[in-house]
Amino acid sequence: MPQEFKCMSAQADFIEEQGESGRILRFTGSLSIASLGNVPARLEALNTPIDEIRLDQLDHIDTIGAWLVHKTAHDHDAEITGADEDATRLIEQVAKSHQVVRMRPDRTNAFARVLGEIGSATAVAGQTMLGLLGFFGATCVAAFNVIRHPSRLRINAVIQRFEVVGVSALGIIGLMSFLIGIVIAQQGAVQLRQFGAEVYTINLIGRLTLRELGVLMTAIMVAGRSGSAFAAQLGTMKLTEEIDAMRTIGVSPMEALVLPRVLAAVFMMPLLGFYASIVAIIGGGMLCWVSLGIPPITFIQRIQEVVPITDLYVGLVKAPVFGAIIAMSGCFQGMQVKGNAEEVGLRTTAAVVQAIFMVIVLDAFFAVFFTWIDWI
Amino acid sequence: MSEIFHGDDAGETLPELADGETIICVRGLKNAFGDQVVHEGLDLDVKKGEILGVVGGSGTGKSVLMRAIIGLQKPVEGEITVFGESMIDRSEDEATAIRKRWGILFQGGALFSTLTVAENVQVPLREFYGSLSPQLLDEIAAYKVVMSGLPADAGPKYPAELSGGMKKRAGLARALALDPELLFLDEPTAGLDPIGAAAFDELTSELQKTLGLTVFLITHDLDTLYAICDRVAVLADRKVIAVGTIDELLATDHEWIQEYFNGPRGRAAIATVKKNRAEG
Repeated sequence: MPQEFKCMSAQADFIEEQGESGRILRFTGSLSIASLGNVPARLEALNTPIDEIRLDQLDHIDTIGAWLVHKTAHDHDAEITGADEDATRLIEQVAKSHQVVRMRPDRTNAFARVLGEIGSATAVAGQTMLGLLGFFGATCVAAFNVIRHPSRLRINAVIQRFEVVGVSALGIIGLMSFLIGIVIAQQGAVQLRQFGAEVYTINLIGRLTLRELGVLMTAIMVAGRSGSAFAAQLGTMKLTEEIDAMRTIGVSPMEALVLPRVLAAVFMMPLLGFYASIVAIIGGGMLCWVSLGIPPITFIQRIQEVVPITDLYVGLVKAPVFGAIIAMSGCFQGMQVKGNAEEVGLRTTAAVVQAIFMVIVLDAFFAVFFTWIDWI
Repeated sequence: MSEIFHGDDAGETLPELADGETIICVRGLKNAFGDQVVHEGLDLDVKKGEILGVVGGSGTGKSVLMRAIIGLQKPVEGEITVFGESMIDRSEDEATAIRKRWGILFQGGALFSTLTVAENVQVPLREFYGSLSPQLLDEIAAYKVVMSGLPADAGPKYPAELSGGMKKRAGLARALALDPELLFLDEPTAGLDPIGAAAFDELTSELQKTLGLTVFLITHDLDTLYAICDRVAVLADRKVIAVGTIDELLATDHEWIQEYFNGPRGRAAIATVKKNRAEG
């Protein structure tokens, strides 16, 4: 057998001696990776000319040892002697594999790299905007096709998405909204007490949650829960070529994968947003009862008096738009995945960040718009 | 015949090998996923310096067997020893000492997708021998890359830029990084073109001879079996039903073995081997 178990072998070493025909480098011990010690560094530091490398006292050699011998012989133009059959074979093997191999991609200088990164980030931002617009168009086309041929709507997939996006989110969104209701009521009560206007806490809770916070916080939660999931699911499917397979079979990924997700988000967002607002109002009501002594009956009456019905409409109009944005940016980023697993992570992050950013920007536009049409 | 063909009383008919000759020894292995039993009472020996081919129909648990041996799949019962040391309930530190001594090529290459080929090869070296100088690490990675049959410009490429065959070669380069004594190959030629597959077989055989490797090779490829395997283990009915050279296996009358080696593809592979032998 060429190799004995190497764990027990002696440390590798070498000595230099003057022979008849010139300087000799004599290796001893086990010239293998586990017992190299400082041999490579010392070999590197050798500056006397070597004429012969003698291996007759080696216990054991592996390819890394063979490489060191070969390289030293190559660098010093020395002759290798005393190698047994195994060593000769290994050294031949590594000598055959000795060629210049590029190890890493070329590096550019720092300034050029920064410029390049700024440029490519700008280009990517532009391409993403265009791509998202294109994706919105493709989704509309898919929706139009499904409306023309309603039998092509994958009703099971849609219902399943309803459950994942909507029903499964009830717990966490309920808890979050309840706590937010309490926080608003508590902070509002503390501030308004200074003017002796604690009773306006009810206005604050009712109007703020229904108009803004209920839907906005729900959108952020759905973006984190479902938008990221959409991106990761589609991204993984893209990596495993499932989406390509789907296309070649003749199933449109836009209809089979994207549309159910977009529909689920569009239908679930208003329901979740409404639910979140109600739970937040209940949370605020509880705090009013406990800390301001306003009984629930009075609280409900007051809510009905001070919150105009348009506040509810404001919340409910925004919700499906936010849902569509979240689902489309999730699916869009998922479909952009190519290459490796790391890309799935990057795209998922991008999907969530993009969705939340666009939701907040759009929320600002909505605020201006509703003021303009006098829903204040 | 009875020596290679072990049925239900396998444990008794299998000759006990002396220590040092057997690299992998599996006794009474049972693997199960929930109710589904993959292996039961499985025995297998891999001898030092041989290439053992493992064959079996799809779903007979060839990869599960490999995963059990390398410690990725915890068996329900049974004993597995590698290099004479038990792999069952082994602490992480003890397992590391053994991990240094084997190399594994997974089916899809399992290259780290965010590292280049050269960096992939250096991962085990850096993990276990971090004190080596960066220059020596580069040199080692370079000759391993070339030794595995990759072109010299493959070093800085990322796995996503490689073809299936190149991924396998890069995976092999990483498996060989620590000069292992034992090499596991999971379907190394699956998905390669015939020329690439033949070249990979030749490479495996050549490395096995020069480096003195013991190879545990899972394959469906009859050409590989004929070309490079010293012995073949046949997995069926949740255990190793027979181990031996192909000639020995052909002498058995097990239905699956006969069908496997004497089917149209088997006969074609035999014909090729005979032709090659005749030509010298």
